[in-house]
Amino acid sequence: MQYMLLIYADPSIPPRRQAEDDALFEAFQAFTNEVRSSGAYVAGDPLAPPTSATTVRVRDGKLAVTDGPFAETKEWLGGFLIIEASSLDDALEVATKCPGTKYGSVEIRPIVNM
Amino acid sequence: MSTCDPSDEVARCFRSDGGRTVATLSRLLGDIDLAEDALQEAYVIALERWPRDGFPTRPSAWILTTARNAAINRLHRERTGREKAQRAALLERALPAGDAVEDDAMTGVPDDRLEMIFACCHPTLSVESRIALTLRTLAGLTTLEIADALLVTHATMAQRLVRVKRKIRDTRIPFEVPASERLPQRLNDVCTVLYLIFNEGYAATSGDRLVRRELCDEAIRLCRVLATLMPAEPEVLGLLALMLYTDSRRDARVAPDGSLVLLAEQDRERWNRAQIAEADVALEEAERHHVLGPYQLQARIARVHAAAASATDVDWWKIVGLYERLEVLQPSPVIALNRAVAIGFARGPAAALAVLDALPRRDLDGYHHFHLARADALKRLGRAGEAVAAYEAALSRTQNAAQQRHLRSLIASASGG
Repeated sequence: MQYMLLIYADPSIPPRRQAEDDALFEAFQAFTNEVRSSGAYVAGDPLAPPTSATTVRVRDGKLAVTDGPFAETKEWLGGFLIIEASSLDDALEVATKCPGTKYGSVEIRPIVNM
Repeated sequence: MSTCDPSDEVARCFRSDGGRTVATLSRLLGDIDLAEDALQEAYVIALERWPRDGFPTRPSAWILTTARNAAINRLHRERTGREKAQRAALLERALPAGDAVEDDAMTGVPDDRLEMIFACCHPTLSVESRIALTLRTLAGLTTLEIADALLVTHATMAQRLVRVKRKIRDTRIPFEVPASERLPQRLNDVCTVLYLIFNEGYAATSGDRLVRRELCDEAIRLCRVLATLMPAEPEVLGLLALMLYTDSRRDARVAPDGSLVLLAEQDRERWNRAQIAEADVALEEAERHHVLGPYQLQARIARVHAAAASATDVDWWKIVGLYERLEVLQPSPVIALNRAVAIGFARGPAAALAVLDALPRRDLDGYHHFHLARADALKRLGRAGEAVAAYEAALSRTQNAAQQRHLRSLIASASGG
């Protein structure tokens, strides 16, 4: 079974110093490597910040393209990871190790096999 | 072939083994709803066939096999993906049909209730859902009974159960006893759910009755099952002892008019000695492991009360010491409050008031017991006006009608005196 880990950043956590930023980057790399070597890794990447977002909607046949995310949200999606796990417990164990849990939150969602 | 009424026999089967059969099917299917539906179908088939073909010699095994077949049929019928086919195959492998229903392989119905408890009390489920689901699947209460016991509407409870069962199925919460590195935390989660069920029954947070004993009974019953399935876990035995000691006082705790009788004023003749004896045995068994935990400490406190011949014989110094150890293991303002109350009995109201007023007011202000403890100390010190104000503060912070009546009578006597 596949699970998607949605890694949210929390902007209320104040800007980090460069050294912390580097440490976080390294922590993410180590985490991804660990997931890869365990064989659970399916896909994953960080996302560019929400200032780069474009939102598309079609209402009554009319296309509306807006700049930025749909609404002001407390947390924004900073990246994702898709993993293979046999149960929620195993997915939870991977998510708990994700450095994103320290600077925001990680949401676990099962992927529905159509 | 027996001659008794088939519907009685089916009902007996359901009462004695229904929970275990649902647990086994749920573990194999990963889906409680499907397991319950399949079991229901098996009982309907039994009602049709048993009067015609005679009773099977092992009715529970017959029911499990029939439910298994019903579940496989449903999975094949509703098959929309790889997932369901895999589940059906798993079920066929795990519970082979055999030529005869009463194959030797089916002699015993496996006991998967432990796996079920861990799934129902999974930390990714809301606490309300864990309580409701545990009562539904392990205690075998109906949706209506759970709704009544927890004072929510039938529709709300039905929806809560549907949602939580769906979440278990869709997120694939495992039906298994957690690996040893996760076990202590997860077992603690299970104990918390049983403890909350007991407390909701014993000190009903709202509603008219002081004790909803069906919840207490179910919590004790489930804890006995847990203790049987995990006999080497001292905290499970500690929790069982704690519940039994507490429950032994329930008849003495409520006056004939439904009002609350405080521990010191209870008629100790009315304490249930058989329950106290069972608690003593469970706690001694727990203590043999020499791993102390919060439930064992609370049970020890309850044992001090149970061992005292009268209210004046209670060893309050011992209780103060036990609360101090409990606070080290589990720092909490409520435990600090209880320690303060015990100090009041050991050293007098002035000492109690000093400790109470030194506690973090912010954490305890919403808690009616805090104001009640202050009021009692003030009253014993002869400060009637302040006592009445504190009783009124307590009154405004409880929704339980019996507790409210008790507080009003205290206010009346304190103002009059």
